[in-house]
Amino acid sequence: MSHSRDLSRGAAAVGSATTDTVHGHQGLLLEEPLLFEIDNPGAIGVDLPDPGDFTPRLGGVARQGEIGLPSVSEPEVVRHFTRLSQKNYAIDMGTYPLGSCTMKHNPRLNEKMVRLPGFANAHPMQPDSTVQGAFELIDGVAHWLKELTGMPAIAMSPAAGAHGELCGVMAIRAALDDREGGPTTRRRILVPDSAHGTNPATAAVCGFSVDAIPSDARGRVDVKAFADKLDDDVAGIMITNPNTCGLFEPDMIEIAELIHDAGGYFYCDGANFNAIVGRVRPGDLGIDCMHINLHKTFSTPHGGGGPGAGPVVLSDALAPFAPVPWVVHGEDGFSLVEHADDAGDAKPFGRLKGFHGQMGMFVRAYAYMLSHGRDGLRQVANDAVLNANYVVSCLSDVMTPAFDGPCMHECLFDDRFLKDTGVSTLDFAKAMLDEGYHPMTMYFPLVVHGAMLIEPTETESKRGLDEFIAVMRALVDRARAGDSDAFVAAPTMTPRRRLDETAAARQPILRWSPEVPTAEAAE
Amino acid sequence: MRYLPLTDADRSSMLNRIGVSSVDDLFVDVPAAARFDGTFDLPDHMAEFAVEGHMSKMAGRNTTTADVPSFLGAGAYRHHIPASVDHLTQRGEFLTSYTPYQPEISQGTLQALFEFQSMVALITGMDVANASMYDGATSCAEAVLMARRVTRRNRALVSGSVHPHYSAASETQAKYVDIKIDICDPDLDGTEDLTDQIDDETACVVVQNPGVFGHVRDLSPLAAVCQEKGALLIVVVTEAVSLGAMQSPGEMGADVVVAEGQSIGNPQGFGGPYVGLFAAREKYVRQMPGRLCGETTDVDGKRGWVLTLSTREQHIRREKATSNICTNAGLCALAFTIHLSLLGENGFRDLAMLNHARASQLADRLADVDGVEVLPEAFFNEFAVRLSKPAGEVVDRLAARDVLAGVPASRLYGAGTELDNILLIAASELTTFEDMDALVAALSEELS
Repeated sequence: MSHSRDLSRGAAAVGSATTDTVHGHQGLLLEEPLLFEIDNPGAIGVDLPDPGDFTPRLGGVARQGEIGLPSVSEPEVVRHFTRLSQKNYAIDMGTYPLGSCTMKHNPRLNEKMVRLPGFANAHPMQPDSTVQGAFELIDGVAHWLKELTGMPAIAMSPAAGAHGELCGVMAIRAALDDREGGPTTRRRILVPDSAHGTNPATAAVCGFSVDAIPSDARGRVDVKAFADKLDDDVAGIMITNPNTCGLFEPDMIEIAELIHDAGGYFYCDGANFNAIVGRVRPGDLGIDCMHINLHKTFSTPHGGGGPGAGPVVLSDALAPFAPVPWVVHGEDGFSLVEHADDAGDAKPFGRLKGFHGQMGMFVRAYAYMLSHGRDGLRQVANDAVLNANYVVSCLSDVMTPAFDGPCMHECLFDDRFLKDTGVSTLDFAKAMLDEGYHPMTMYFPLVVHGAMLIEPTETESKRGLDEFIAVMRALVDRARAGDSDAFVAAPTMTPRRRLDETAAARQPILRWSPEVPTAEAAE
Repeated sequence: MRYLPLTDADRSSMLNRIGVSSVDDLFVDVPAAARFDGTFDLPDHMAEFAVEGHMSKMAGRNTTTADVPSFLGAGAYRHHIPASVDHLTQRGEFLTSYTPYQPEISQGTLQALFEFQSMVALITGMDVANASMYDGATSCAEAVLMARRVTRRNRALVSGSVHPHYSAASETQAKYVDIKIDICDPDLDGTEDLTDQIDDETACVVVQNPGVFGHVRDLSPLAAVCQEKGALLIVVVTEAVSLGAMQSPGEMGADVVVAEGQSIGNPQGFGGPYVGLFAAREKYVRQMPGRLCGETTDVDGKRGWVLTLSTREQHIRREKATSNICTNAGLCALAFTIHLSLLGENGFRDLAMLNHARASQLADRLADVDGVEVLPEAFFNEFAVRLSKPAGEVVDRLAARDVLAGVPASRLYGAGTELDNILLIAASELTTFEDMDALVAALSEELS
């Protein structure tokens, strides 16, 4: 009787801040069991016609026996997922200053456009003549991205930022192999110690070893340390710009010259492009490739963890090695190059995924680009940077900025201001949950102790920022007043309080199975 | 500008507070040589209705599978998506949140992921599944890399039954990390026997079921050989609905199952975004790529969910991570979960049998057309046919007659091979008898 079990298991446990109710609900905060626990055999959420007469042709491998999926009607499914949704924080609800993730407003026009039947119902392998509008859209997004970055070529197929990194570093590898007429002898990729984890992980899955470049006292790449590492073993460098400390790398042009003189290539991680879009063309800095997270700068929704899209702009040196497929424009309109044999002089390094790229994200991004226009996008960068600097100016007297001077679109604090309070960065973040905020990025970048990386984005109003700032100041006051117990206990008002991640990893329960709820129901 | 809340008055008061006179002063770290003061070859901003008008015209220049009879498949399928799926995935709490780094305020996403993982494990017949990959092809590539980690062997054998995009993505991912990939010739007749090619160096055997040409096979004998040789059997499924009608890959002895989940809850959308399924035996869980959601309790003893085993992942392990993946396909996984919840046990099986029935009925009709030979004897909802003329040309001519006849093998393998006359034809619950008649009539005329 798994569906009749007590939903509120433990709700009234000792020390709970919540009130004891029959099912554990707290007003509008509704408990919800797993779908498997509301299984009601015989119920169904779809109606299907009888198939009529047919000859089964499953060759003796027809499924026998139950799968074990729950059976639930449509109203119950709608209620289930609506209740689940209400346990999430989201951009639509409030400030989401998760540094390096660019949690900006996701316009609903984007969603409407991607649902146009001409896009939603197009199959990726239709004859070219029937999907000219789809090719036109991909070509249009490609043009915008090349224009905004000042780069001559683009690979559209990568599915997310890290996939774009893969694309860029593989292009570097292919170019080196081509130049050397065989597998390159260059084994190292240089990556600053402040980089996202995806950078070293990507270099590794492309067969390179990773050599960390230290940051200097200004939070930038230490150019001398970088130059000292250059030799004929270096394949390239991966630099995020603006970097993960929220700072522009002022020596990009010099770094580009140095890496090129040493025979390597320059990968720029474009995760933070939002800070400079319309003001700086990365191509002018001498880079060879850069991915662009459409789910960051170009407002496609983050969706609880994707899907994203990570097109990669390429220099003339790397363009010939771009992966298939790509769109070309000829006398008969648009068509697609899908096979290396049809690629002319190009030498594609391969294929990264099925079909042609994250079309649904291209449509959303295009709606956003057209809405903002070239003028609006420059204003995006201006306001993103203004908002971040405003936060710093209003918090720097009570919190401790990691670096002096203006920041770009995100501002980085360390935990010196919490010294001797008994409150950690984690505790501080958890206290923000009770105040109704998603916390900033914590403990990243790794180069700053107890890092707190705040990215407001340009879609926060001044009023919203002032409220956020007031909360942050109040929390600092409370920490300094010696109220560390409250921080350590936080959060207390969220759908769940702190969860035992150690237990989760020690004995992983990664799926529902019929035995588990039965045993637990007997508690 | 409608997406930008700051007014000029706000900007001016904020600049005052910061103590600078203009926003340009905040960009002082950008060297002069890096500043762009030119003019982009791009339009200025547009009203919402203007964008909508422009893009609607663009979309209108496509003739889609909803407009005319369509028999396209080959890894992307046309299925009905219940209205509630799209409604629920558009809820801002799902749509506009991110990876659940703060579990206390992300239980909705986490519980849905836990349900997703549970459902994927059930339909594939595996012990565990991750929280999604980009798509089926990248999932396949990651499985090949995982097989190397598990077996410490360097050779992958890819069956000729595998969709060329999947084998190409795997080959691309493997080429720079010293994995030797052997891709077999296209298995057009479904009789491929890999036994002799599996040796002590083989990390994995990758096979697709139903195969790219539609053949449905019992993989148990192949699984037995793999087990004997110590190689992992990776089973690819490009049409997830087939799992409702066929014995699961797990029942046949698969070690890893990678699948494209688009068919359940996600539109064809001209190729993406889709959702890669990745499921495996429990003993491989710590070698798996991607996010995993696990059950635990909070300090009050209440059940809850967190991302777990993250020491496999790039944000902790950096260059030693099992994969470089970060953002995956969360919202598509949610759509998959909601649609499969609506289907449930009986609906999923009935939907699968309805698909199979329509394909079987279509095959019967096509068997009577001169110049068309249906190749597989056993199939699910898609099968290869050999035409008396090159399939690419036939498809183009039928498109001009408003029938999307299917995917010519030349789209997948390139033109100029012995597969030029092969056409892949798919049916689904949306295929009507009128659609079938239209295809039969058009093919009869073109091939006569």
